[in-house]
Amino acid sequence: MNQIDVKDLVFTYESLEEIQQNICDYVINGVSLTVKKGEFLSVIGHNGSGKSTLSKHFNAILLPTGGKVYVEGMDTLDEDKCYDIRRKVGLVLQNPDNQLVASIVEEDVAFGPENLGVEPKEIRKRVDEALKAVGMYEYRTFAPHKLSGGQKQRVAIAGILAMKPDCIVLDEPTAMLDPKGREEVLNAIHTLNKEHGITIVLITHNMDEAVTSDRVIVMDGGKILTEGTPKDVFSQVELLKKHRLDVPQSTELCYKLRAYGVDIKELPLNIDECVSTLKEVLL
Amino acid sequence: MRDITLGQYFPSNGVLHKLDARTKILFLVAFIVLIFCSFNFYALGLVAAFTMVIVLLSKVPVKMFLKSLKTIILIVVITSVLNLFYGTGEPIFEWWIFSVTLDGIFNAIFVTVRIICLVVVSSALTFTTSPTDMTDGLERLMKPLTVFHISVHEIAMMMTIALRFVPTLLEETDKIMSAQKARGADMESGNLIKRIKALIPVLVPLFVSSFRRAYDLAMAMECRCYRGGKGRTRLKQMHFTKKDAGALVVMIFLTAGVVLCDIFL
Repeated sequence: MNQIDVKDLVFTYESLEEIQQNICDYVINGVSLTVKKGEFLSVIGHNGSGKSTLSKHFNAILLPTGGKVYVEGMDTLDEDKCYDIRRKVGLVLQNPDNQLVASIVEEDVAFGPENLGVEPKEIRKRVDEALKAVGMYEYRTFAPHKLSGGQKQRVAIAGILAMKPDCIVLDEPTAMLDPKGREEVLNAIHTLNKEHGITIVLITHNMDEAVTSDRVIVMDGGKILTEGTPKDVFSQVELLKKHRLDVPQSTELCYKLRAYGVDIKELPLNIDECVSTLKEVLL
Repeated sequence: MRDITLGQYFPSNGVLHKLDARTKILFLVAFIVLIFCSFNFYALGLVAAFTMVIVLLSKVPVKMFLKSLKTIILIVVITSVLNLFYGTGEPIFEWWIFSVTLDGIFNAIFVTVRIICLVVVSSALTFTTSPTDMTDGLERLMKPLTVFHISVHEIAMMMTIALRFVPTLLEETDKIMSAQKARGADMESGNLIKRIKALIPVLVPLFVSSFRRAYDLAMAMECRCYRGGKGRTRLKQMHFTKKDAGALVVMIFLTAGVVLCDIFL
């Protein structure tokens, strides 16, 4: 079974009347995709491409106007399954300040399991494990406002992790962080994916973050523009540029060099690859 | 402004810190009743002496208690002076329409000591109990009120969230003030009305952003399966320990002492 199946998803924020009169804007306009268990999927797109809206369908925060979303076979439109779905798929939002509920780190992480009615002893265990997994165990008695942005975001991830989800969806988790915080959060996400086998869906507009994932989906205007491995996606430089999207800097450098006639066969995705590609050409 | 201590909690390892929040709250309520039930000097002395014991046990600098008394000094002075003139009996001292009687002097002393004890003991509660323990304790103590359809859990949740966001909003206020100052807003000069008016450009963005935060927080809470207090468990369990039993015994003795003083002395 797939982690998440999206079938012909259509979504609009507008009212039923406007839909019937067919005068509404569709934020998501016919998206079909699957998220496989254990994979690291990135969804990229610029502002207004519908990627954030899409992410909120993955745990029944938003419900489809048309089409279906299945989480491990459960239909998100099925109200009885709502909390089962939210327990399976956790959502981390952009602003770390607005997601923390309690004034002590460990109590905040405990919020999810408390809502699920987990036994106190088990909550303690889960909280400790979750905080250790994101490297925030030493800060468990701190107040959230004493932490840096990256630390707060990691606490938010731990809060989701304590519910023992199979999948974590992160909606631009690094957009409000400084470079150091961004690295902390990304490292934490990658550890969760590799060592704990948690499916990750990373919504981002930072191409360098998307490069490190298993698969990339590019969205524009509420539709999927293209999808594939980072290599496949970012080699389509013309297509991405046409839709006002960036490619990683090293890819762009080599792309431009190639346009000037330098013999580069495969476009690199990160600095290391770029260096070795350039070495090959120069030496 | 950044380092505001909420509820002025002082972390320490004192006996009072280790007591269950529920015990302390109940103790405070009982003690307030006792303060107002001590009708003679013996009973009042007992209550005052016990207040001093609490101050010592709290392991909080005495300076802090004095600070909290400073804010109510005006009230104490006014009420005690008023009481001075409201006594009945033989006047000791008369001037114009004012007359001071022995009864009045006693009344004034009683009122002063009572208010001081009240403030000191209440401060001791906030000094020795962390805000989260306090909301937790209140939630559990008020549980019986659910019978009257009072949503105790929601009230406690609101308190928790408010406590959580006070530092965040203070920080934000600082930022907005700086932003407005950078655009030439003048917040430091002029009379009171002018200054209050100058705060409007700070309050409006603060409100707007609070609503945005509330929306985000509500969504984050939904993501974490929040569905009210039903079926909710808690990480921190509250336990009545031997210390709490001890506090109860102390309270019983104190009550007995005050009642005996009231009746027999």
